[in-house]
Amino acid sequence: MSVVSPATKPGSPATKPVNLERRSLLSAIRPSRAILNIVLVVSAVFWLVPTIGLAIISLRPESLFQQSGWWTALTAPSQLTLSNYQTLFAQGLVARGVLDSLITSLEITVPATLLVTIISSLTAYSLVFGRWPGRSVVFLVIVGLLVVPIQVALIPVVQEYRVFGDLSGFNPFGTIPGVVIFHVAFGLPFGIFLMYNFYSGIPKEMLEAGRIDGAGEWQLFRRVALPLGLPAAASLMIFQFIWVWNDLLVALIFLGNNKHATLTIFLFEQTRTLAANYWIISTGAMISIFIPLIVFFSFQRYFVRGVLAGAVK
Amino acid sequence: MASVTFDHVVKRYTSDLTVVKDFNVEVADKEFMVLVGPSGCGKSTALRMLAGLESISEGQIRIGDRVINNIAAKDRDIAMVFQSYALYPHMSVYDNMAFPLQMQHMKKAEIDKRVKSASSSLGLGNFLDRKPRALSGGQRQRVALGRAIVRNPQVFLLDEPLSNLDAKLRAQTRIELQKLHRDLGTTFIYVTHDQVEAMTMGDRIAIMNAGILQQVGTPGDIYDHPANIFVAGFVGTPTMNFVAATVQDGVATASGFHVKLPKALPAAKGILGFRPEAVTDRIPDPDSAMEMKVDVVERLGSDQFLYGKVGGDSVTARVDPRIKVEPGDSIKLGLDTRTLHFFDSETELALL
Ligand SMILES: Nc1ncnc2c1ncn2[C@@H]1O[C@H](COP(=O)(O)OP(=O)(O)OP(=O)(O)O)[C@@H](O)[C@H]1O
Ligand SMILES: [Mg+2]
Repeated sequence: MSVVSPATKPGSPATKPVNLERRSLLSAIRPSRAILNIVLVVSAVFWLVPTIGLAIISLRPESLFQQSGWWTALTAPSQLTLSNYQTLFAQGLVARGVLDSLITSLEITVPATLLVTIISSLTAYSLVFGRWPGRSVVFLVIVGLLVVPIQVALIPVVQEYRVFGDLSGFNPFGTIPGVVIFHVAFGLPFGIFLMYNFYSGIPKEMLEAGRIDGAGEWQLFRRVALPLGLPAAASLMIFQFIWVWNDLLVALIFLGNNKHATLTIFLFEQTRTLAANYWIISTGAMISIFIPLIVFFSFQRYFVRGVLAGAVK
Repeated sequence: MASVTFDHVVKRYTSDLTVVKDFNVEVADKEFMVLVGPSGCGKSTALRMLAGLESISEGQIRIGDRVINNIAAKDRDIAMVFQSYALYPHMSVYDNMAFPLQMQHMKKAEIDKRVKSASSSLGLGNFLDRKPRALSGGQRQRVALGRAIVRNPQVFLLDEPLSNLDAKLRAQTRIELQKLHRDLGTTFIYVTHDQVEAMTMGDRIAIMNAGILQQVGTPGDIYDHPANIFVAGFVGTPTMNFVAATVQDGVATASGFHVKLPKALPAAKGILGFRPEAVTDRIPDPDSAMEMKVDVVERLGSDQFLYGKVGGDSVTARVDPRIKVEPGDSIKLGLDTRTLHFFDSETELALL
């Protein structure tokens, strides 16, 4: 605030310099703001175009696919119809195997997501609030595992599954649990890392107060750490869900000759058939986009900022 | 019976980092004991060992006759109020206070009764449904107290519970805490770095410095008979005057004055200590009068403190507020010889 000279009238002079200041500040910000907005819009469009194209293809009759590009629908919206979806849900869903692969995808994604979230939360709790020696070393090793690319592990894990199968009589290779186990193992380092960072922000005294007040570790986890960590757990769930849902490589290898395929495998195989059914590819892809979107929006409300406000001070 | 005994307690983090050294204190049942000392001296560590949040490296801590070294925190029947309050932000005030009782699997009706009675006595009756973030600092502090009160523990531990409050609220809460102690009739152990809090609240005070217990006693005891230079300088504002002096034939001679000691001491060099209120404009004994060159004058209404030089030594005096003194003036002051202290300059222990 600028100093007002005593000679000027009280009241009015105080507001004027402030207004001037604000205006000059705004005009200084505006050009960079505009550039920022342009960059954001351009990159958003860039990212969205393929998805929009796919959506429009799924809404155009199959016969038009060979005749004109999807963008013609932008000028002739009358092309758009729900007939592809109607066909899919009326007869194609079961007959073409869409429903089966949808269920297979869910059978893999839901347990893999839940297990990663639960195990990561528990492990991170122990690493942050536990009182055993060597916690920081274990955490460092886990963070180190983040850099292991899954591609290098595919073949060794297949071999391990075989060894496990020889020993126990159950070879997870080619089964849904086999895929889930792989996803959980490779989701954990990131999950633990994320939850560890979040739990580290919870004041230790909160747990100590609970310990003095008679709570066991399990109760502290369930009643204090878990509810406070909901935003982090929700983001982890979304990340993990999308990652597993969109996975093709792991499913392709670990499902082996299993007669059930995931949605990604299903779509992938549709593109390989000679008479490619573009209507079923586009509608199937839209379904595979919608499910993560539903997950995202249903967990979005947990991203409440400042859940820790009022904890201390 | 809930006396607390620290018996030769040591806390060592690493072989060369010992933060509490040979700590011995006995806190009587129902006593209000204040643990005070400068920041980092190990007060919280001592308290946290008692609470079961830190392991005990050596020695024993007993509650009553029970050695608690290897008893889990939750089984020590202790409640603790943290400096940061450590409230659960996702729970209402009611649930925050009910939490310790739920952990004891108490009946719902009994929990409700205890929470209601504690909250109404703390003036929190209208806030039971609120989350901590919707409370003021003072209200949060009372919720933290309430969470301890509902448990009806054997021992209450408080680690600087007032340091996040403003000055006025702090003074008010100080009185409320003393009342609470009287009403509950429970042993209180209260940690602070503020000597005013210690002097006003404690039945007894334990003063620590650098992990070592310096002195335990009533506030009056510690003020009048500090055991060493640290305690003498830590307690009282403004701090005690310390001047180098030589004792010969029962007379201590400093650079700017000399004074007859009330008790015979062997001839020695040492540190003469006297509180500002012992140096006044009243001159009981012309022999020990001194001439002060005043540097700073501090008028507090009821008191007037003069900071200046007597000979080569810095001295603080408390004079009648009606006397007009300006910086640069010289003023003649007298020394009350009844409250003199003399410290060994090597060991820093009180000889007088
Ligand atoms: N986990 C730890 N590892 C190593 N040193 C520690 C640890 N916790 C505390 N200390 C050290 O122990 C000493 C005493 O700490 P403590 O918290 O007891 O001080 P305090 O007297 O409570 O101080 P304050 O008034 O600032 O709270 C400090 O020097 C601190 O650095
Ligand atoms: Mg402390």
